[in-house]
Order: sequence, then C-alpha cells, then structure tokens
Amino acid sequence: MNIYKNKYNVDQIKENHKIIAEFKYDIKKLSLGYSNKTLHINLGKSKISSKEVSQEMKDKFTGGRGFNLKLLWDAVNENTKWDSPENEIVIAAGPMSGITQYPGTGKSIVCGISPLTQAPVDSNVGGYFGPYLKFSGWDAIELQGISKKDVIVYINGDEGLIQIIEAPKEDVNSHLISEQMCDIFAENEMDMKSIATVSAGQGAENSFFGCLNFSFYDRRRKVARLKQAGRGGLGTLFRHKKVKAVVCKFSSLNFNNNEVDNLEMIKEVGKNYHRELYEEDDKQCDMRHVGTAHLVEIMDDYDLLPTHNYKFGSDSKTPKISSPIWREMFTQGIPDGCWYGCSMQCAKCVDGYVLRTGPYKGDTVSVDGPEYETAAAFGANMGIFDPHFIVEANFYCDTYAIDTISFGTTMAFIMECYENNIINKEITGGYDLSFGNGEEALNMLHLMASGVGFGKTIGLGIRRLKKLFVDKYNADANFLNDIGMECKGMEYSEYMTKESLAMQGGYGLALKGAQHDEAWLIFMDMVNNQIPTFEDKAEALHYFPMFRTWFGLQGLCKLPWNDVEPADNAETEEPAKVPSHVQNYVDIFNSITGRKIDKNEMILQSERVYNFQRVFNLRMGFGTRTSDKIPYRSAGPVTNEEYLSREDRYDKQLQEKWNWNPKGKSVDERKNKLRQFREDAYQQLCDAVYKRRGWDNNGVPTINKMKELKMDLPGVIEVLKKYGQ
Amino acid sequence: MKTITVNGNEINWEKDINIDDLLKKMNYTFKMIVVKIDGNLIKKNEYKSTIVYAGADVKVIHLVSGG
Repeated sequence: MNIYKNKYNVDQIKENHKIIAEFKYDIKKLSLGYSNKTLHINLGKSKISSKEVSQEMKDKFTGGRGFNLKLLWDAVNENTKWDSPENEIVIAAGPMSGITQYPGTGKSIVCGISPLTQAPVDSNVGGYFGPYLKFSGWDAIELQGISKKDVIVYINGDEGLIQIIEAPKEDVNSHLISEQMCDIFAENEMDMKSIATVSAGQGAENSFFGCLNFSFYDRRRKVARLKQAGRGGLGTLFRHKKVKAVVCKFSSLNFNNNEVDNLEMIKEVGKNYHRELYEEDDKQCDMRHVGTAHLVEIMDDYDLLPTHNYKFGSDSKTPKISSPIWREMFTQGIPDGCWYGCSMQCAKCVDGYVLRTGPYKGDTVSVDGPEYETAAAFGANMGIFDPHFIVEANFYCDTYAIDTISFGTTMAFIMECYENNIINKEITGGYDLSFGNGEEALNMLHLMASGVGFGKTIGLGIRRLKKLFVDKYNADANFLNDIGMECKGMEYSEYMTKESLAMQGGYGLALKGAQHDEAWLIFMDMVNNQIPTFEDKAEALHYFPMFRTWFGLQGLCKLPWNDVEPADNAETEEPAKVPSHVQNYVDIFNSITGRKIDKNEMILQSERVYNFQRVFNLRMGFGTRTSDKIPYRSAGPVTNEEYLSREDRYDKQLQEKWNWNPKGKSVDERKNKLRQFREDAYQQLCDAVYKRRGWDNNGVPTINKMKELKMDLPGVIEVLKKYGQ
Repeated sequence: MKTITVNGNEINWEKDINIDDLLKKMNYTFKMIVVKIDGNLIKKNEYKSTIVYAGADVKVIHLVSGG
C-alpha cells in the first residue's frame, strides 16, 4: 500500500466532474474472440459512436495491431502530423486476448502517428484494459480530436454506458490518477480489480517520448500497478488531446468471456504449458523471480550490455545491478501476473520504497520493475551502477509517463555530448552531466517532467537534439549522427549490435524505429554463427519479424513463447523457433475462432499487416532505404577509444574477414577501413532483406507482393504508384 | 597444436576438457543452450561426463531470448 504525505481528496475530485457526452449501447456476448464492433470517440466534438467490424476487416487485418492500423489509416491523410486533430490513439486487444487458460494473453496494442517519428507507431502493453475493453463490447477504441478541457473517457462495460467527463481536479501523474480512478469508479475495494485505467503523467506533456500507463489493481499490495506502452511518444499524444484517463470498468470476468469454439482444447494446451513452466523456469530464465532483469549479467558476459552510450558492451561494475540484486529487492512469493492466468509472473515489483527526491519525496510507494531495458539504460548506459538510483528513476519515469528506454538512451547521448564539450554547464543550467552522475540525472528527469530548463530540452529526443546542437552550438553533425542512437527518430533499446550485422538490421529495418521487438537475432548471428550469409540473415529478418508481429495482432505477450522452453526443445529441428509453442498458438487461435489455420497462415496474417504498415510509412512520407539508415555506432567503433578497447577483435576481423592487413596502420586508418567494410555490409544486408520481403531495391513493397497478400487495396496501390510501382 | 571448432571458430584443444569446462572457458553463461558435437546432441546431464576430443565440431546454440 502506498503511503502519501498529502493524500488526495476523492470527494472534491468527484464534485468537479461534469458529463460532457454520453452514449448507451446494448451489451452482447462476444463471438469467437471478437466483439465485432469498434468504438470511436471524437474529443474535439464530444461525440461517441460505434462502427461495425466486417468479415473483410478480420480476414485482412486479423485484429489488434492490424485493426489499429486500418482504423488509423482511415482517420488520417498524408499531411497529418502527430499533433493534427485527426491523428488518433487507437487501442485494441485482439481475438486471443483475455483468455485466462494460457499465459501472456492480456496485452493491448496502441497505435498512432508518433511525435518522435511522425509515422505510425505500435506499442504493446500488459494490464487489464485490452481484455476489459473487448469484453465490454469493443474490439478497439479510437480517440480522435483534441478536447478543449481535461477529460476522462469512461467505459462502463457492466451497464453499456460510455461518458466523456470533464475532469479538472484529478492528478495527472499516473500512480495517483490510477488509484483515484479505482476510488471513484469501483463500488468498494473488492470491486477495484474491475477498473482498468490508461493514463499519462506530466512528463508526457513536456517531452516527445511520453508513454502510456495501463493500470490494474493489485489486491494483495493494495496499489494500482502500472504497465507501460513505452515506445514512440503515445503518452505525449494522449496528453496533447487533453485526456487524463481512459477508464474501463468490467466486473463479469469468467472463464470464457471470449465465447470460444473449443474451450476444452485451450484448457488442455494451457495445462501442459503451465506444467512445463513450473518445471523449467527456475533452470532457464528464472522469470518468476527476477523477470526480464535476468538478462543484465547475461548481456554483460557476451559484451552486449550498452555502456556509456553504447561505446562498450560490458563493465566491471555490472554485478551491482545484476539479477541477484533484483531478486533481493523484488518482493517474492506474491503472484505477479499482469493478467489473469499468467503463470510466468514476471511483472516484478519493489515494495515499500521511500522516495528520496522530487515532488513525492518521503512517500512510500510500490515501484513496478525495473525490467531489463530500464536497468540497462539507467545503470550501464548512463554509467550509474546504483540500484537505488534505478528504482527511483524508474518510479518517476513511470508516474511522469516518460519512456524509460528513450530517457536512458537520450541521457546517455547527452552525457557523451557533455564529456565531449559539445554542451557545457552554461548550456545545461549549471549541471554536470558526466557519465555516472545519478543525482544530476534525476534533476534532469524532474525538470523534464515540469517542462523547465535543460530537462525540457532533453525531452526533445535525440533526433531533434542533434539538429539543435548543430544549429545552435555548431556541433559536428557527422559525429552526432554517429553517436546519436536513434533510427527513424526513435531511440535505440538496450542491446549492443556492433558484432551482429543481423541485429543491426533488426533495429534499422524495424518499421517503427529502433526497437528490438521485431527481431532479436544477436545470439543466432554473433554467438551461434548460424546465419552466416546475407541470405541467411535475410531469412531470419523475414521470419522473426513476421512471427513476432502475430503477437500484436492477437493481444499476446511474446515472453511465454521463448523465455521458457520445453525440456525436449533442443531435440527439435528448429529449436530457435520453439516449434511446440508455435503449435500451441495455432491450436489456441483455432480453438477460439473456429478457424483452421496452420503455422504458414500465421505468418501470412502477419505479412498482410506488416506490409500494410510499410506502405503506411510511405504514405506519411518516409519508409524507403534512406529511413533504414542506422547510426554508425550501431555497426562499429566511432572513436579511437572504442576501437582500442576491442583492438584485437577488430584487427583480426580486418585480416581474416576482409583480407586487409592492419599491421603498421594507425588507429584512424584501421577504424576507417573497418567502417568502410561494415557500412557496405549493412547496405548488402538491406538488399537481401528487401528482396526476401518482396520489396524493391528502395525498400518499397511491390504491387505484386501486395496482390499476393490480397492487400492490393485502392489506397495502398495509390501510394505505391507514387513510389514508382 | 590440435584444435576444435566452436560455433565455427577454431580454438586450441585442451586434453580432457568436458562440455561444462568448455562452456566456462567460452564464457557461455546463458542457460538456454543446445550443445551438439559433430551433430550429436549432448544432454545437459551429460555435460560433465562428455569429453571433447581433438578435431570436434562443437555447436553451442544459444536460443533466442531477449526483449
């Protein structure tokens, strides 16, 4: 239970509510995983309406991310900017979302035109909102327009009622407003589990990488837990629309709200998986005790943990932020699933944490996480190997609704700029932003959230900062482009890619920007040496992004796929794909929908949406080969310091891989030669991947490919013709 | 000098080295791995008892995790 010095007054908050618009609807049972309706809210016009979901929409877009992108495409035009009124936040679950017999089925997917990238972005998140929204009668919700005043959108799935409510007195920051929504809309404490809230804090108002918090009420801890749709600035868009919260109330959860075709089959598949997880997890990733933070020391061991703005891949201080530390700090023995039935239990939490800085200094709170990305970004990449700093910054990023990945990667960039005298104390407002300075990093976070000083400047994100530093402080544009770890405007997540060409493509060729959730190929490529040729890498960069897209179509979490594996997985032909889990997904999809797909149709479902999204990028003015360019630090050493830190490795590669003798050459000569080889290899990789995906040499899907996928929609063809198809 | 190949990279062979020790030597700390010698699967409970012979082609396949 959180303890606040200044507790909010619920009665006062409620007294100031004013209903602006209301919409009543008939509550109907779902059919085979779908509600077959979507909800449209126009915040500017205070209008609420519903749309039918056609069979064609299901056939082409499946659900989840597919539905979101289709609805978003229909809402915007080629001139729409992130802050245009017609831009939308679209949230959907997916046909598999909400089943309680298999782990990882509570995901929501959020899409919108991103403030960071100016293109469609998708971000997935746990919590109860997606399933509750669907069970309340809606496969997706569109939030369009910009409200004049702060509002709450309230969906009461028990009564078939939707309201837009003027909400002047609620707190904005997420740990508070999520609790306030429980206090206001639940009948009593037992009913608080029926409330799921989407919110974004003051950091989202004042930065371009604001995230969305999806809450669920944790009855044992008596707090509203926060899970984040982190990437792409969707929280910034949410607050730009003046939405304080979207609340869904649904209290009739049962074992078959999805009204599936074959419940017994789902139960059987689930039962086997749960047994496997209990037997294997402790021996494998230990997700149930430390969550994804188990990766910290693994990444360090393989020289993959980004350290000091991705200069290096390991550090002697890593044990200070490794999983044994988190195992101690996380409360053990409490169920930690972010949706019912998830036996993976990886939503770990630090409880009873007393805040030592900022507006809530002295309050006692539960802190969700840190997950691997946050520990790596704050600990190693910023060089602050202090778990208490990580927890403190994690809490404030979450409640302010600032994406921890973008914040950490941007701060690491800022710190390198500071140490290179590109910026100084005069520019930062007197702050020493050297690597390792946790106190000043927290100051920047609080300033960012308040929209003040250099903290607000940092909230521009790396792409805008590079331009600012060049225009205003005469910084070397080439150097900033080399060390600024962003692609398409999105900051890199926390993996080193210098020694894995395939993973360079995993980031650079990802549709939305530098996020690893399309493909994580470092072990296959760098360690296993399983995909040595360009064609091998291209095949991996086809299969895995398509396979992983499918989770977003269905409302599924990726983690149960391969963060625990069957004991006999090693004996299968393609263990990296975890064939038995793939079959589980096929069986469950068929059991929910009554359809009869196989693993190949699964990939086809993804390919339809994936290619549609690539065309959507093109429609918004980017998405060709130029957009897939990566910062050089992603591919190799930018500075002599980096080269010399792994000198033997680089010299050996020059000799053995490219037959170029490094002996007697200066560091600059060797570094430049390596760069020439590696940059050329990346372009050859792009050639191979474009070909494998059925795109032209500029990364544009061909009309034939779209016809083959039955996605040759009139609007799609119109866009492709503009790109020479 | 006799050698073995580990994931395509040639390294010096050590007499009596078993799989467990080889994994330590390579700093392969990730737990979700598949080990094969000349294409033959070595089960986890055989790592200590399996001696790697000179000229062996060892594959230590790290399964995809992360993210």
